[in-house]
Amino acid sequence: MEKSTNNQSRRSFLKVSSLTGGGMMIGFSWLANLIPNEALAAANTTNEWVKLTGFIQITPDNKVKIFNPNPEFGTNVMTSLPMMVNEELQADWSKVIVEMGDFDTPRFKSQFTGGSRGMAQAWKPLRKAGATARLMLMQAAANEWNVPVSELTVANGVVSHKATNKTANYGALATAASKLTAPTNVELKKISEFSLIGTPQKNKVGKNIVAGDSLFTMDYKHEGMLIAMVIHPPAFGMQLKSFDATEAKKMPGIKDVFDIQVYKDGYTRAGFDTRAFNKLIAVVGNSTWEVMNARKKVVANWEPIQTTKEMVAAWGSKKEETVPGGLESTDEHMKQMLAMQKNPAKVLRKDGDPETAFSKAKKVLERTYSAPFLSHNPMEPISCFAHITDEKAYFVAPIQIPEMMKQNIMANLDLPADKIEMKLTRMGGGFGRRAYGHYIVEAGHISKKVKAPIKLIYTREDDMTNGIYRPSYMVSYKAAIDENNNVTAIAIKGGGIPEGAVHENRFPAGAFENYIAEGWDIPSNITIGAFRAPGSNFIASAEQTFLDELAETIGKDPLDYRIELLKKAKANPVGKNNEYDADRYIGVLELVKQKSNWGNTDKNVKRGVAAYFCHSSYAAHVIDVRMKDGQPVVDKVVTAMDCGFVVNPEGAKNMVEGAVVDGIGNALFGGMRFEKGVPVQKNLIQYRIIRHREAPKKIDVHFVQNTIDPTGLGEPPFPPVFGALANALYKATGKRLYNQPYLTELNNSTKS
Amino acid sequence: MAKMNLKVNGKKYDVDVDPSTPVLWVLRDQLNLIGTKFGCGVGACGACTIHLNGRALKSCQLPVSAVGIQEITTIEGIVPAAGELHPVQKAWLELDVAQCGYCQTGQIMAAVALLKSKPNPTEEEIESAMTGNICRCGTYIRIKAAIQQAAKSSHK
Repeated sequence: MEKSTNNQSRRSFLKVSSLTGGGMMIGFSWLANLIPNEALAAANTTNEWVKLTGFIQITPDNKVKIFNPNPEFGTNVMTSLPMMVNEELQADWSKVIVEMGDFDTPRFKSQFTGGSRGMAQAWKPLRKAGATARLMLMQAAANEWNVPVSELTVANGVVSHKATNKTANYGALATAASKLTAPTNVELKKISEFSLIGTPQKNKVGKNIVAGDSLFTMDYKHEGMLIAMVIHPPAFGMQLKSFDATEAKKMPGIKDVFDIQVYKDGYTRAGFDTRAFNKLIAVVGNSTWEVMNARKKVVANWEPIQTTKEMVAAWGSKKEETVPGGLESTDEHMKQMLAMQKNPAKVLRKDGDPETAFSKAKKVLERTYSAPFLSHNPMEPISCFAHITDEKAYFVAPIQIPEMMKQNIMANLDLPADKIEMKLTRMGGGFGRRAYGHYIVEAGHISKKVKAPIKLIYTREDDMTNGIYRPSYMVSYKAAIDENNNVTAIAIKGGGIPEGAVHENRFPAGAFENYIAEGWDIPSNITIGAFRAPGSNFIASAEQTFLDELAETIGKDPLDYRIELLKKAKANPVGKNNEYDADRYIGVLELVKQKSNWGNTDKNVKRGVAAYFCHSSYAAHVIDVRMKDGQPVVDKVVTAMDCGFVVNPEGAKNMVEGAVVDGIGNALFGGMRFEKGVPVQKNLIQYRIIRHREAPKKIDVHFVQNTIDPTGLGEPPFPPVFGALANALYKATGKRLYNQPYLTELNNSTKS
Repeated sequence: MAKMNLKVNGKKYDVDVDPSTPVLWVLRDQLNLIGTKFGCGVGACGACTIHLNGRALKSCQLPVSAVGIQEITTIEGIVPAAGELHPVQKAWLELDVAQCGYCQTGQIMAAVALLKSKPNPTEEEIESAMTGNICRCGTYIRIKAAIQQAAKSSHK
């Protein structure tokens, strides 16, 4: 299909290819992941579409299509990433068509939505792609008109030569341009020259969303497609022993009922291969309702698991992970974590001599914080389409990190890489859950067995009780205070089930001469994974509520005290590896102070502040609450963000508003409990998610104006919401909150 | 299985399904009207909101046998003409409401029904009428503003 004429140096990120049947493609080393899907390939050979780059296509009828490489789950990369391309391409943005790129198995690279990295990674390559295409189109015009390129101008996808009064649109130039050699020295616009990036732009897919078009995997249909569901053990710590499907198979519309083993024995898991249960019962039939009904007729026998060890090769190391046997309960977890707090733990960082400082302290403030497991609950439950034939394995999948699925699919479904094709769909939310693509392998096994196209659907109950949860955490913060109300040492100790959240090099590390951070873990058979700002989402809540209480204890304004500490850390940083830029931290605090009119409001306004840095961006919130009939009402949230240069202010604002709402919801209500391994919450009736009337009445979002390369927004505004809310609730109720979900603690305290 | 006649978006359909099948799955699996989404199956999230005789209702809780001759309207049926948008949908676009977008058709159906019964809803009335519709991305403020804008535009 493609004949590579790669004559670029290895350091170059451009690769020029010519396509049989005419046209050309420029691939990128970062994003050399967009293969032309079948439809596009066919279109190409008929010359209807002419490829200029891997993600830009221009037709002779002047249609410009940009393929967005990153999976979309609501962060609006379908708009912001193409904006980067078009800033340099200079096509008519209002007419640019944006489509989701397919997953390219043979050559895929960094197709990743998660960790708030999308913007930073795309920033230069995407603009360069646009600039390269524009220069080639201009060169084509220059050749055609026999004029120097320097005399040409471009606006809205039209190349003009003033002196001769000649104009041509991109469509007319595309075929000639595709035959040129790509320029190697491409100069990018300065930020001051931007006309699209930095302006508020509406969602490119908005119309399809409000129309209810087929965008999601749940909506996907295929000729002859069957519906599949799985049955998993009712409890963590249990596994399938045997089952009887006689009655289920007699149910109308049912094709087959069988068990599948998701991963092979001895399979070495990669970082995102986590799955709760390895043996499942699959029920396959004609329609969703028929499968749901037949599933109830399957009689399954479960047995307890033994402690096992699994190899995990992730994050650059290979280690054995223990999956302990036993049926775990939340109450037991709390006792275990409290016990661990009393045991010696691993020292993660130590500055100065905290022991002496504590022994000499006049006063010690020590507080312990905890948080439960959380379920992601994306609105679209887990689903995946698979059609495996001898020729190829075709998946339609909602997956945040497609590249991480490659070795998993190859190893567990016995498929060679070149037979795997994956169409990426818009995801109905993710929050980290869709980084773990075990369901793609499950769908593959089922399609293989029934030799038909199938769509695997999880119900909400399946999704919630077969989770990859946010871990449960505990941490204590301790401050040594001398006779002059100076804080002389800070000690942090904490852990989690099965992993902790202490980030030893983050603020307030660096601000105290004497500092110690310690951590521990408790193994568990409850599966956990990334959840919007992993680790940070808990540790920020503890740190920011502790600093608030500490400021009060030593008689300082909580917002000013944070700035004071950061100034100290900036002037005389203690220790090495402090993972924050004190200036930018101060920047968001100063901005939120000004915009919220901090310190100058009516005393009836009950407000709390918090700030945090994670995933390369800085966030600060001031939250105003009042109590109404014993329930908190959030009247207003003022947010200050520093995520570098803001690519799409409209989308960015929406992201931050959503993170604030999500933070308030999880802080007040979020919590997954377990009793003898059984998830107590099974659906949205028991698992409370924030609703319309609980959302803040107003959210004011402000961005620090700078020209730093853009960084992420999906995660950073989320963690400090918890602390700001708890601090505001303290002002409103007089009650300090230490254990999430806060509403439960608040209600318990008012009852007693 | 039972043969039934349904009236959906002004069109008549013959379906042959288990009478206990929720309307949600008849719409999605049989009639290919996939704008009505599956979220929880227990009437707790509102992703499957449709109109029955113009009133908002969660289609995952409605057995198809209970519908009879009553009129079902889905997101596909609220547009004035093919390719056009309902004023509520337009307001959604103007305020750039959606993030992931999965719940938004249900939200729009609830909003359209609300504005039909209360053309000028207060903030409290919006919160109360919409509280059965969860948006996990947290776009509530924009949803409320879009409903207010749609209400305003219909009075012009």
